[in-house]
Amino acid sequence: MRRTVDRAAEKVLDAAAGHAPATVWDRSDAMEPRCGFGDLGICCTICLQGPCRIDPFGPPGQKGCCGADVDTIAARNFLRAVAAGAAAHSDHGRDIAGTLLHAAKGEAGGFRIADPVKLAAIAKELGVDAGGLAPEPLAEKVALACLDQFPRAPLPFMNRAPEALRKKWTKAGLRPKGIDREIVEALHRTHEGVDVDYRNILLSGMRVALADGWGGSMLATELSDVLFGSPSPIRSKANLGVLKADEVNIVVHGHEPALSDMVARAAREGELLEYARQRGARGINVCGLCCTSIELLMRQGYPVAGNFLSQELSLLTGSVELMVVDVQCVMPGLADIANCFHTELVTTSPKARMPGVTHIEFDESKARLTAHQIVRRAVDRFPQRRRDRVNIPDETMDLVAGFTVENIFSNLGGTFRSTFRPLNDAIISGRLRGVAAVIGCNNARVTHDEGHLAMTRELLARDVLVIQTGCSATACAKEGFLRPEAAIGIAGRGLREICEAVGIPPVIHMGSCVDNSRILRALCEVVREGGLGEDISDLPVAAAAPEAMSEKAVSIGCYAVASGIFTVFSPPPRVEGSRNVCEFLTSGMEEITGGRFSFERDPLKGAAEMVAHMDAKRTALGLPPAMYGAETAAAAPVEG
Amino acid sequence: MSRSVATAAIRGAHAIHRRAEEALREAVSSHGEAARVSLPDTAYYLPVIYSMLGLKVQTLGDMKKALARAKELLPEVPTDRLWLPYLGDALDAGMATLFAEEVIEALKYLDGGTPAEGIWLGATSDGILRTQGIKLVDGRMPGFAACVGALPSTEEAVRLARDLQERNILVFMAGGTDGTSMAEQLAEAGVEMNWDTFLVPYGKDITAAVLALGFAARSAMTFGGIQPGGLEEARRILLYNKERVMAFVLALGEVDDEKFATAAGALNFGFPVIADTAIPQILPSGICTFEHVVSNVPREGIAQKAIDVRGLKIKVAKIPIPVMYGPAFEGERVRKGQVAVEFGGKHAPAFEYLRSRKIEEVEDGGIEVEGPDVGDVEEASALPLAIVVDVAGRKMQKDFESILERHIHTFLSEAMGVMHIGQRDIIWIRISRDAAAAGLRLRHLGVILRSKLLNDFPAIVDKVQVTLHTVRERVEALLPEAKAAYAERDERMGAMTDESVDTFYSCQLCQSYAPNHICIITPERLGLCGAYNWLDGKAAHQINPTGANQPVEKGECIDPVKGKWVEINRFVHEKSNRTIESFSAYSAMDDPMTSCGCFECILAILPDANGFMIVNREYLGQTPSGMTFSALAEAVGGGQQTPGFIGIGTRYILSRKFISADGGLRRIVWMTREIRERLGEALRRRCEESGGAGLYDMIADESVTTDPAELVEHLRKIGHPALGMEPLL
Repeated sequence: MRRTVDRAAEKVLDAAAGHAPATVWDRSDAMEPRCGFGDLGICCTICLQGPCRIDPFGPPGQKGCCGADVDTIAARNFLRAVAAGAAAHSDHGRDIAGTLLHAAKGEAGGFRIADPVKLAAIAKELGVDAGGLAPEPLAEKVALACLDQFPRAPLPFMNRAPEALRKKWTKAGLRPKGIDREIVEALHRTHEGVDVDYRNILLSGMRVALADGWGGSMLATELSDVLFGSPSPIRSKANLGVLKADEVNIVVHGHEPALSDMVARAAREGELLEYARQRGARGINVCGLCCTSIELLMRQGYPVAGNFLSQELSLLTGSVELMVVDVQCVMPGLADIANCFHTELVTTSPKARMPGVTHIEFDESKARLTAHQIVRRAVDRFPQRRRDRVNIPDETMDLVAGFTVENIFSNLGGTFRSTFRPLNDAIISGRLRGVAAVIGCNNARVTHDEGHLAMTRELLARDVLVIQTGCSATACAKEGFLRPEAAIGIAGRGLREICEAVGIPPVIHMGSCVDNSRILRALCEVVREGGLGEDISDLPVAAAAPEAMSEKAVSIGCYAVASGIFTVFSPPPRVEGSRNVCEFLTSGMEEITGGRFSFERDPLKGAAEMVAHMDAKRTALGLPPAMYGAETAAAAPVEG
Repeated sequence: MSRSVATAAIRGAHAIHRRAEEALREAVSSHGEAARVSLPDTAYYLPVIYSMLGLKVQTLGDMKKALARAKELLPEVPTDRLWLPYLGDALDAGMATLFAEEVIEALKYLDGGTPAEGIWLGATSDGILRTQGIKLVDGRMPGFAACVGALPSTEEAVRLARDLQERNILVFMAGGTDGTSMAEQLAEAGVEMNWDTFLVPYGKDITAAVLALGFAARSAMTFGGIQPGGLEEARRILLYNKERVMAFVLALGEVDDEKFATAAGALNFGFPVIADTAIPQILPSGICTFEHVVSNVPREGIAQKAIDVRGLKIKVAKIPIPVMYGPAFEGERVRKGQVAVEFGGKHAPAFEYLRSRKIEEVEDGGIEVEGPDVGDVEEASALPLAIVVDVAGRKMQKDFESILERHIHTFLSEAMGVMHIGQRDIIWIRISRDAAAAGLRLRHLGVILRSKLLNDFPAIVDKVQVTLHTVRERVEALLPEAKAAYAERDERMGAMTDESVDTFYSCQLCQSYAPNHICIITPERLGLCGAYNWLDGKAAHQINPTGANQPVEKGECIDPVKGKWVEINRFVHEKSNRTIESFSAYSAMDDPMTSCGCFECILAILPDANGFMIVNREYLGQTPSGMTFSALAEAVGGGQQTPGFIGIGTRYILSRKFISADGGLRRIVWMTREIRERLGEALRRRCEESGGAGLYDMIADESVTTDPAELVEHLRKIGHPALGMEPLL
């Protein structure tokens, strides 16, 4: 199997072949053959009587030693994955809420309210009485109202959903009882000898996931905007070529925006720049990986070095002085590679430490000092950089990012006519066949970026506007799909007309993986704008995670399905050992919320399923077929 | 927005903004910031700026604020590669352009100056806006074309103007191409240009185009009743225009940056741009209803293309008569010296009567004239006239007769040179000498009636025949049948009470220009326009079940005296866009019915007299309220509840439910003589029924006084009952 389609990644891998430490691909190869029971989700390690496993080729009716059948085992494993994913996002949200609370009280050194307008809007939504309050005291109330969603219901952001969807949730018992409570309950439910009914278990998974998407993730997004500023369209660059040969390279990695925001600010300060110059560097270059990087990209235009599978490669360039990481998707393998270079790896979260790695704990009250300390350490490493070992590929690509629900309104209609109408009209008229959210991770078991690119390219050619977040967006950024001029080459004629009318790229970058909540909100706005049905499930939209890897992705997939979205998810989330569980996820859910999973592995076939789904939804809405349905991107003539 | 269009528009916006800043700087240096500045005869300051920002520009200093706001809106010019989204930016640039242009235009009036000279008319007064704008929003005038630039030849300019005129589209002209302008071309060809001909030359500078948008913005404020304030109100004003003011920009000749910038401003209003040159097109919709920019349109077809793109529906019913026909001529008067022949009025009996017949009894297209015709008699003589219209249709019902008959007025008035006044047996028709000379004869009136009835009521009218009699004996012989029919219609209505039905009818006809207004028509309270009673509402609903008249179940009665019902309130709340929660059918004081702007009369409280006065639309003088009809109309219209003030249909005064919760006719202390005359004996009878003998004569009119103090003095002297009633306030 080809390891990557990213030319820069390929160059670094080729150069390192034979004499560098092992990478994720090497270790993945060493894992083969993988355990089939685990892969199919039918190995149970929940109690100490096990492990128990169900033979997929054996006779029906097999049970684990407690009597759990294949459906129970697969469902419980699945639910635990959802709960872990939801926990990761939501804990991230909790930390942001905590930072906001401290900032409001003046206890978070250097953090201020960056977007008081959005703060006021959120306060209103949360039912917080603004009553002429200054931003700080209002932020305190808002932060507390958000923190209050963790132990108990209601989750007020769920009111953003169309009424039809809210009714479905209520009817199916899918309203979360609180973010933390659902996660705790999921762990309880999957303890040995508790819930055995796979349907009940899976519905619990949907509820946990909704608490993530409309709770933890959504409040993480909203409060990040308040605290660090709401993004607006912004230019930047992506790929390993953003590392600089003559500057101190600091790579921020992980998922949270708080520390990296401070590090970026510190790296702009004259005193530290002077310090860098004294050590022979021309400047300090901050770039990043995964979602920490995207948080900086969206708000300040900092370049993105790569996505999940690029993290070790960035160190293999030999040009990184310091990599500072927070939480999630940080490979333990980084430490081994850093040790082979002059690179210092720094962990910062008390939740995420590595043996033998520098730990500088991020304390909000001393955020600025901590950031200074980190940047200074990076500069100190610069003289140790070995020029002969530096191998920065020259690949970089321009991109435009920074899209949010709020700025889509003004991008489409300006200050006075801010509106989603042009988007709805484009769908109604058939210039756009529909909208697809292509999101999610990288996974060493599939060729790096290939799934994202193949699927996105296919969708664009079929006049589907693609919305992205996270590692998927970075994959497409590296390929140039996030350039507005890309519409001319790869978009179908209808999509291109829309891109040219609005000035947008054919692929819209909406942020990090917690920012998938922005996509939920955008879909709600499309429904609210009117003309496309009453519920998200009526819309000609679909979602996909073509290179899914993390438990967070499983949770995201579930909240998409539980919000009525058809979702292609690959590789499948370890449920294929149970026909019943698979069937519930890929069709049973549709009767409940209108959404369902597909576990199609081939990205092109997945795209075809998404397109077919959009066409079916168009027909159901009585809309005409896609305006230029028969034309592909290549055949479409260029106009004005 | 294609990038090149956005780029040009944003560049143009910067340029016009600079021009405005310069002009303002000069004005400030010579006059000072406190110098007052305004557009002539408008209460809306600089209307585009006022409507969008809520900013009342009254001095040069205020203009500075407006230009500062415009500057904030000015975006960067899109880059050649890796551009950021520009649609929103270009729209903002367009708006900034309009603010700057309005400043430039208003500065021309500084210090008593005026740009109105020669053919150029300059800014439009509120008075013209009221008379002309209402036609735009209620659909009589299908839309307006803002023409910028010029055509390659005078002939083509005239052809375009005629194309637009024929479709009753109001034409605004501003700006030029290569030093000439469409208006100058028309002037050269001797085309008459003014508000009456629908051809309005605003100014030669492109900045004068903003006057057309000021007109649009004021339409939303005047007829839509939208008060400017913040962004939300601005948005509503723009959407009102997108949905109701069917305007478009015709870009003629080369489109430069400043024209693009101005056009981008118009796009904010939902007004698309149609160009005769090959500028880039913007086909996706959303800001406009359909395409945003359509280009390279052949000049012969540009008017029709514009109409298609704007989504205008114009039924150009070519009526084969020798004079021009269209709403543009509806309000035209035929004065004494111009009369070829007249019918009815004071001089001879005349009536119009429409009756339904069986299908086989009507010969479609049969038009007969019996008696002397136009041209047969001496100039300016008066003739009797009976217009008998026989209508047949599978879905025709007797109830529809009066509705169709009421349309005769509009149908005939829209012929150039025909004046029609009144209805039933009080009609008065004049035909002008010009029309007679052009060959207009009585049979053409029949042709008009048949064409329009078939065209406008295709669902119910299948066949029409018309007979016109001008021999006095025949007219007098036919009159009793007509009178019996009028009486029967009134009787059917008169015998009905609000209690005898479970269902009232709504009328949302006027929501086109008063979006929050809703009429509830009951058997005992006809629509405030006087044109629709309960039976009309019922019939109109049958003619068009999804139309503006819907049945509304009364539901549980909350208050029988004031006339409040659960379901009626629910309906009113919903249809008034959730602005009116409760409504009284019989009170002017407590949750009164709202008004659009079409009311025949206004009933207004006179606190000192402890009663009400009533003034009709035609009365131009002062009233005891201290306000004229038009001043009162400001307070009453626009879909707001103003206790103490309501708009009413004249015949409501005769109803037993006439403000019955407030005391009915006994509260009326003053009404114009014209109303009194119109209602005649019927009013005297109702006064006797409700207030005893003498009440009729106690109601004062303008011949007694229009002064409030004098009125109270007079009422006291004659012992008007209102003074002794429970206090109104």
